Amino acid sequence: MKLNERSLAFYATCDSPADNTGFLYKRGERHTAYHRRWFVLKGNMLFYFEERESREPVGVIVLEGCNVELCDSAENFAFAIRFGGTKCRTYVLAAENQAAMESWVKSLSRASFDYLRLVVRELEKQLEEMRWGLTSGYGGCQGPSGSWRLKSSVLEQSPERLPALPAVLPKENGCAVWNNTPGVHRPPDTSGCNECDDEGNPRPPPLPPRRRASSSEVSSTRASGAESLSTFCQLHEQYGREVYRLRQNWLERQRGPQP
Amino acid sequence: MRYNERELLSLARQPAEKAAEVLMRVPKKGSVLKKRLVKLVVNFLFYFRTDEAEPIGALLLEHCRITKEEENVFSISFMEEPERKYCFECASEEQCQEWVEALKRASYEFMRRSLIFYRNEIQKMTGKDPLEQFGISGEARFQLAA
Repeated sequence: MKLNERSLAFYATCDSPADNTGFLYKRGERHTAYHRRWFVLKGNMLFYFEERESREPVGVIVLEGCNVELCDSAENFAFAIRFGGTKCRTYVLAAENQAAMESWVKSLSRASFDYLRLVVRELEKQLEEMRWGLTSGYGGCQGPSGSWRLKSSVLEQSPERLPALPAVLPKENGCAVWNNTPGVHRPPDTSGCNECDDEGNPRPPPLPPRRRASSSEVSSTRASGAESLSTFCQLHEQYGREVYRLRQNWLERQRGPQP
Repeated sequence: MRYNERELLSLARQPAEKAAEVLMRVPKKGSVLKKRLVKLVVNFLFYFRTDEAEPIGALLLEHCRITKEEENVFSISFMEEPERKYCFECASEEQCQEWVEALKRASYEFMRRSLIFYRNEIQKMTGKDPLEQFGISGEARFQLAA
């Protein structure tokens, strides 16, 4: 299978911040000798170089669907990246001290795209719930802290026990069958905002579709980061004004009829 | 560059965020548009011959530029070689726009920025750091000043 290796190498060596770097000993595939390599973790990609100054990585380990565990190896401070499925290999690595080992185990076990996506969705949901919690007021919205704790406990489980991706789907006519992951395109839950209509007040602005068009830009540079952030900020502003207006109306009604 | 091919192949078999039959052209001299199945899984775009179960290849969608080209067409190019474009022709303009949007959000880096944004928003509204409950508030990769 082809991979855009040149781009991968560029991603590995460019000056975008790495999530972890350091020397680790990597056990060979066929021979059990350990080789010292310079490791660079960026996102869900664990690159390894022969030397720290090497221009190109020797290899990369894609960190999706793996478990990171300590292992008893003759080598001290050893840990393993284990993939599921038959014939999938286990990468055995060893750090130079306890602190380094712990740091790597921690960062590797939370490196997957899947994990990050779960956290983002959770925060997204919390933010939406807070924005539409008009009954609890705007400024002092705390959100249902009980349910926050409940949700966070789901994520606090060790990443190894995050819901597994669905099993391999059967082939049809020689082609793999695929589905959209359930829930990815589900629009945000809007059941809470009907309360606003009870008194004949205007409906709150409709929630926008999850995906918003943004002008074409490099998807990973800071510039486009600012662009998508300002879109979120604009959204926040927009809803903020609406919320403020509704709250003013409510306060006025509370004061009672003016003579 | 060595990579864990078996795991990548396994990833390619998983349910996709988005999948479609499109015409694809790779940035090689003399290459033409060919019918392909493309499948977006996490930050990879896999592409298959329409009758095969194993992908021909995969593109890691980091530091890339998604550009809307002419009608029904978009391209993917990478930061270090912006002229080398992978071109995709969709069945409709609507489908094309959907892919452009989906691919722009497909990178790990985009996801990280979203997390930082939401974290900041929630903190502003509540005074509390929502990452604390997940035990990851100290991680350097989620700090605002990156």
